[in-house]
Amino acid sequence: MDPVLLSGNEAIARGAFEAGVKVCSAYPGTPSTEIFENLPQYKDALYCEWAPNEKVAVEVAYGASIAGVRSLSAMKHVGVNVAADPLFTAAYNGVCGGFVIVSADDPSMHSSQNEQDNRHYARAAKIAMVEPSDSQECLDFLKEAYAISEQFDMPVMFRITTRVAHSKSLVTFGERTEREVPAYKRNMKYVSSPANAYKNHAKVEANLKALEAYANTSPLNKEEINGSEIGVITASIAYEYAKDAFPEGTSFLKLGLTNPLPMDLIKAFAKKVKKLYIVEELDPFMEEQIKAAGVECVGKELIGNLYELNPQLLRERIFGEKPETVDVGVKPVSRPPALCPGCPHRGFFYTVGRHKNYVVAGDIGCYTLGFAPPLSALDSCVCMGGGFTVAMGMAKAFEASGQTDKKVFGVVGDSTFFHSGMTGAAEIIYNKGKVIPVVLDNSITGMTGHQDNPGSGFTLEGEIAEKLKIEDILASYGYKKIIIVDPQDLKAMEAAVTEAAESEVPAAIITRRPCLLIKRIKHDIGKCEVDTNKCIGCRKCLSVGCPSVMVENKKAKIDVTTCVGCTVCAQVCPMGAITRKEK
Amino acid sequence: MENKSALLVGVGGQGAILTAKVLVTGLMRAGYDVKMSEVHGMSQRGGSVSTQVHWGKKVYSPVIGFGAADIIVAFEKMEAVRYANYLKPDGVAIINDYEMASSTIAAGMEKYPEGCLEAMQAHFKVFPLNAEKIASELGNVKCANIVLFGSMVKALNMTDIDWDAVISDVVPAKFRELNLRAYHAGFDAV
Repeated sequence: MDPVLLSGNEAIARGAFEAGVKVCSAYPGTPSTEIFENLPQYKDALYCEWAPNEKVAVEVAYGASIAGVRSLSAMKHVGVNVAADPLFTAAYNGVCGGFVIVSADDPSMHSSQNEQDNRHYARAAKIAMVEPSDSQECLDFLKEAYAISEQFDMPVMFRITTRVAHSKSLVTFGERTEREVPAYKRNMKYVSSPANAYKNHAKVEANLKALEAYANTSPLNKEEINGSEIGVITASIAYEYAKDAFPEGTSFLKLGLTNPLPMDLIKAFAKKVKKLYIVEELDPFMEEQIKAAGVECVGKELIGNLYELNPQLLRERIFGEKPETVDVGVKPVSRPPALCPGCPHRGFFYTVGRHKNYVVAGDIGCYTLGFAPPLSALDSCVCMGGGFTVAMGMAKAFEASGQTDKKVFGVVGDSTFFHSGMTGAAEIIYNKGKVIPVVLDNSITGMTGHQDNPGSGFTLEGEIAEKLKIEDILASYGYKKIIIVDPQDLKAMEAAVTEAAESEVPAAIITRRPCLLIKRIKHDIGKCEVDTNKCIGCRKCLSVGCPSVMVENKKAKIDVTTCVGCTVCAQVCPMGAITRKEK
Repeated sequence: MENKSALLVGVGGQGAILTAKVLVTGLMRAGYDVKMSEVHGMSQRGGSVSTQVHWGKKVYSPVIGFGAADIIVAFEKMEAVRYANYLKPDGVAIINDYEMASSTIAAGMEKYPEGCLEAMQAHFKVFPLNAEKIASELGNVKCANIVLFGSMVKALNMTDIDWDAVISDVVPAKFRELNLRAYHAGFDAV
């Protein structure tokens, strides 16, 4: 078969199929999402699902491993924070079927809230880490990762970055190998009682030692000896950058198994070259360990630990070769991302943004964009689920400090509600928080590109599932007033926030309107038009922050190609100059 | 042949990804090693987007830094200026003479910069064209991306690849004729 051009994520999905994996569970997050979006094509051979969150996903995949089959979980870097609890204990208990967790890090934060380097997790959890550098390695190394997991009785972290996940390169497929599943037998090693854990820790350290010995001979770690002047130790995407950046005659030690580091191999390589560089993105993960082992080398003092690298940056920082560039002398204007035309979140943020005493704690999703001017309607955004609970802390602080004029709203999306908003909703009501939880329900996991969740009615494999009703869950917690509102109706939206803010009983709001980009729903699309005779150029319509609404020659203008006729701008026009027409 | 790098830049939704797909399919058929990089997520929401394609006998890095691109295909002219520092001093630029306001420009908070095309022409070999106009005349503004692709093939003199066959295989059947005409119109336009 001819090689095909695949992204790293597509190749990982293929690798899971070829490795004989049987159970896969994940929560979407850029840049990991396409791994699981590419698994349903293999659903005859494996089970795959979107779990409500990453902790659940890792637990499900680990359960499958205990029951004897190979399993896969995947998440973005911050997802591992959520899943860290089961991960660290699974490392003690060990595995039966091979168990691999993909951590997709996002250097330069193309779509993330921080730049954490998850290689530290592998070291902290004392598990093996495998790092591919292109799509073919994503496939090949994943199969090897399963063998390592089973041979050394531990979960394996398969660590990729945005440029490994989303870059495409040529891949040659193999065949699926079915692995014999042992008959299930109860085994006390999976019960992490303190007495077991005490014994397990010693076992983990012994397994790591054995793994390090293996790492020194593993086919995942490869020497390329091309000369004795310069040597480079590198891994992951940094290998590709270094291959382009370093001169001919440079020798490489390319590491694919990076925890534990193959220190004998590293020391032997260091002896073969006069000058040794460690080239890695983000933290000096390898460099610090290599230096601690007494090997002289150069790395972060030249390369730095911020953001993505590329070949030209490496050349500049290591050899002082500044790239030749041309300044054309015209400054472009930035294009900040914005809520789409017709986005249902717009009406909510426009409404709360107009109340100066409202404090709004936000969360992770498209609706993080509620912070952006002119809506400027968010006070915080921390992490998944933090919308409700950060709001709780703020409300308690306002109470404790006598700032009684503040009304606090906590905002999460529907997928985030199921991810970790439910526990926050319980916290608010049980501990009597003066917070109004708001679920922005657009019926889909939006920002990551439309994955199903327990509220959307479909599974990853495309089957229909009974939707969980957010209002029923909130009611069962004891919220006495649950206001369900169409956020596109600004009068109703205003009435909803006022009613909730003044409510004597615990109140919650669900804004409900599906994302316009959901393909399986028939949307009511129109277009808005400006009557320039009526328009007085007051620019009020610009305050809704819609990309389709602009001002031209001191009059409002609406872009016909992108407008969907949601009428939010029309509702704020004091002159009635904007009307909706059929498209 | 030395390795080549192309940067396709524009605004989310302009069809740069399909264009890149046509390009890499042809390059693969010609036997080149190919790498391609794009960024997903937040940048799709009306932001500036860039897709990189690299090809040659053996390609390592899927991304490049400043001063390393052989060609920029700008689907929007302010984006050409934004990425100009990625172009080699002797690189070429295909620039769609087309303006898309950013949200801050539309809101009247900032002004669309003047002289984008002229500034590029003063420093690089530039092939300007109005792909939207050409595409509209062909009957569908959405094929502007393949018009630009035609110009790129001409600029890079990549005529040894059967692009008609590639386009026919990559684009949906019902848009096949349209895109073939778009390709040739773009090729003839520069």
